[in-house]
Amino acid sequence: MSPLSRREFVTAGVAAGAGLVIGFYLPHKSGSQEDSFSPNAYLRITPDNKITIVVARSEMGQGVRTALPMILAEELEADWKQVEIVQAGASTLFGDQTTGGSASVRTTWDPMRKAGAAAREMLITAAALTWNVPRSSCAAEKSRIKHAATNRSLTYGELASKAATLPVPTDVPFKQSKDYKIVGQRVPRLDTPDKVNGTAIFGLDYRMPGMKFAVLSRCPTIAGKVSSFDDKESKKISGVSYVGKIGDSAVAVVADSVWGAMEGRRVLNISWDDGPNKDLNTAAVTASLKQAASKKGVSLYAAGEPAKVSGRRISAEYELPFMAHAPMEPGNCTAHYQGSKCELWAPTQVPQDCRDSVATAIALDPEQVKVHVTLMGGGFGRRLEHDYAVEAALVSKAINAPVKVIWTREDDMRFSTYRPASLHQLNATLDGSGFPVALTHRIVSPSISGQKGQPVPNGVDPDLPDEAGPVYGIPNYSIQYVVTETPVPLGWMRSVYALQAAFALESFIDELAVGAGKDPLQFRLHLLAKDQDLQYFTTTWHTARMRAVLQLAAEKSGWNTRLPAGRYRGIACFGCFASYMAEVVEIAMESDQPRVHRVVAVVDCGQVVNPSILEQQIQGGIVYGLGNALRAKITIEKGRVVQGNFDDYAPLRMEETPVVEVYAVPSAEVPTGIGEPSVPPVAPALCNAIYAATKKRIRALPILS
Amino acid sequence: MADITLHVNGSEKKVSVSLETPLLWVLRDTLELTGTKYGCGAGLCGACTVHVEGSAIRSCSTPVSQVAGKSVTTIEGLGANGLHVLQQAWIAEEVPQCGYCQTGQIMSAAALLAKTPKPTDEQITQAMNGNLCRCGTYERIRKAIHRAAGNGGSR
Repeated sequence: MSPLSRREFVTAGVAAGAGLVIGFYLPHKSGSQEDSFSPNAYLRITPDNKITIVVARSEMGQGVRTALPMILAEELEADWKQVEIVQAGASTLFGDQTTGGSASVRTTWDPMRKAGAAAREMLITAAALTWNVPRSSCAAEKSRIKHAATNRSLTYGELASKAATLPVPTDVPFKQSKDYKIVGQRVPRLDTPDKVNGTAIFGLDYRMPGMKFAVLSRCPTIAGKVSSFDDKESKKISGVSYVGKIGDSAVAVVADSVWGAMEGRRVLNISWDDGPNKDLNTAAVTASLKQAASKKGVSLYAAGEPAKVSGRRISAEYELPFMAHAPMEPGNCTAHYQGSKCELWAPTQVPQDCRDSVATAIALDPEQVKVHVTLMGGGFGRRLEHDYAVEAALVSKAINAPVKVIWTREDDMRFSTYRPASLHQLNATLDGSGFPVALTHRIVSPSISGQKGQPVPNGVDPDLPDEAGPVYGIPNYSIQYVVTETPVPLGWMRSVYALQAAFALESFIDELAVGAGKDPLQFRLHLLAKDQDLQYFTTTWHTARMRAVLQLAAEKSGWNTRLPAGRYRGIACFGCFASYMAEVVEIAMESDQPRVHRVVAVVDCGQVVNPSILEQQIQGGIVYGLGNALRAKITIEKGRVVQGNFDDYAPLRMEETPVVEVYAVPSAEVPTGIGEPSVPPVAPALCNAIYAATKKRIRALPILS
Repeated sequence: MADITLHVNGSEKKVSVSLETPLLWVLRDTLELTGTKYGCGAGLCGACTVHVEGSAIRSCSTPVSQVAGKSVTTIEGLGANGLHVLQQAWIAEEVPQCGYCQTGQIMSAAALLAKTPKPTDEQITQAMNGNLCRCGTYERIRKAIHRAAGNGGSR
């Protein structure tokens, strides 16, 4: 039984057209007021026996449109074949709809289960009343309530209207994981068929009558502005209907086709005011990180007193560059401004931020802005921004017509928000056997939230508690954060700070293992040997769970077996978004470059909701992580981003993609993140393999620079 | 602007566009066949792959004038009589994640199988290397091609 707290309640009501509608309410994240409630799951069962589940997270490939309904359907005892889904737009009914932080399953696990279980119990009661039999003699199965003694059954649709009139139970039993029929199964994704026949509608594909297309010419220098522009040549291009300034730093070209808008932009003559960053370059950013490194930082984690431990000391510095998300579908948004209201069709991870920012930009109230969430061609954090939505609304207002703003690939690369460049200083004090008895990890990085003017409580960037925690039970262990500033726009990119933290820590641990003459796996297991709970902000990291993923990774990769000549292995582990991850990377060196042949990945993410989606996310995260490690680097020259397309910012292609084997530690614990945790261990495991092959230690990414 | 006759997915289409317009935008904006995607505009990612006379081409870098009178097949016309064997394999192997690049991936794979019905791993890599996937679905793509080729869905 899972009692519902006083401040949580389920509401039911008669839907328009009759039937059971059930929303599960939780207090709003920041709300302490008793009356501040928002539902975060929603279910509709209609008399025609349709079960509709609303998905209030955005689908960017990670499978939420399948995984979240599976959780609700499990408790509901629904026949999965009957389930249909509806994508929620920006709403005041669903709490925070942000899709990020590998959080969709972990934050909706309880609400979805409660909504399903409450509905199931109400349907059972409705059947018992209909038949005038005890509740206990009725059971839910495959969207029916059955009365075994009399061999009768009624469908959920037949019971929906009656169920809707019943009081909502305040205390509902959850199923036990051993009884799961849907959760834990390789349930086919609901969105696959449309994605292979070309009918899936992404943001870029949305069409409406009278819609124009726009591209914007943005000042290429960071924080620069438009001085003046001459649209004479642009207006000669067939179909170009409008050229105008949007905000201070961009000029929009509107046409009746994408190509017309692009051509109009190509010949547009703008003179820029380059502003304060015209001399900024990447070297200056790196120098500013080094300069800041000596500053006193904020403590993120403190065990014992590293400074007071005596012994042999070892230190190393690791550097990481700016990186760009580069999702396959570039930024875009369709907006229709109509005076007192504005409607948007946005591929966004933050529908509510889009609504609110657009409202501010075009001087409407948030209630006057409606945001529809489309499918997204990848997100990786880029669509946690709302710049594309604001641009579309401003252009639509300027031309008083519906318009789709499209970013080209070059726009995406040069006007992104980048993974922050960072510097990491690692210090260890060793015992006589070469094991660290003290470890200090100083993270020197600008703050993404800080740059955006969002709260940075106690000087701690709010992402760090999910992404930069301790791994090992080292008795004197300190993690510190030194915040720096940069004018380069920053954004949350898949695994955010965890990629940087893991690269530094897990490379350093490997250096220590090599220095001690010990096997890197055994070295790590020694540091995890004692069962310990490492408390890091609100997460408790268990050394036993990390040990288990390492051991399984070692077993599945054949760590203790001999490799063929010319093959080398590296290992790394890390925990983030509450999940534990270990990876073994197997490589060969070809012309001084690593070729990755195989990656064995083991995760402990609690209860697995859908093993096929889990495998997708982990394989994908590793391919993404390999691309980050090998080549991803955004550089700045004269205040401008240098890279522009997939030639100078080159993601992994099929020829470089290894076989990735994915294993999950069996678990009935609460599910934790899977979208991001596989990314961080890749770079250090790969660099550790390169060390094994070449005795060269890589302390700066990307590897191929 | 010029009038051009195209043969798309078995039907004749007359369009009035400037001759240098990339085929991609004619397909998407003029003919409203949005299954073909824009990814880079420079022939680097393969999201815009379609068939011209049976060969895979990048429609973002192909002026529409070059395909006048030629037969163009897009994802919408690939499975004229139900799903193409590759589309079935893509479903069976659950290839797509975000799905944005997958129509281009399938068009590249279809051109491969048309010429090489039983491709080796190396032939698959060669044919598919121009198609980027940021979700990292390459391994399942390989499996799906093998499955469609009757190789049992494995390497």
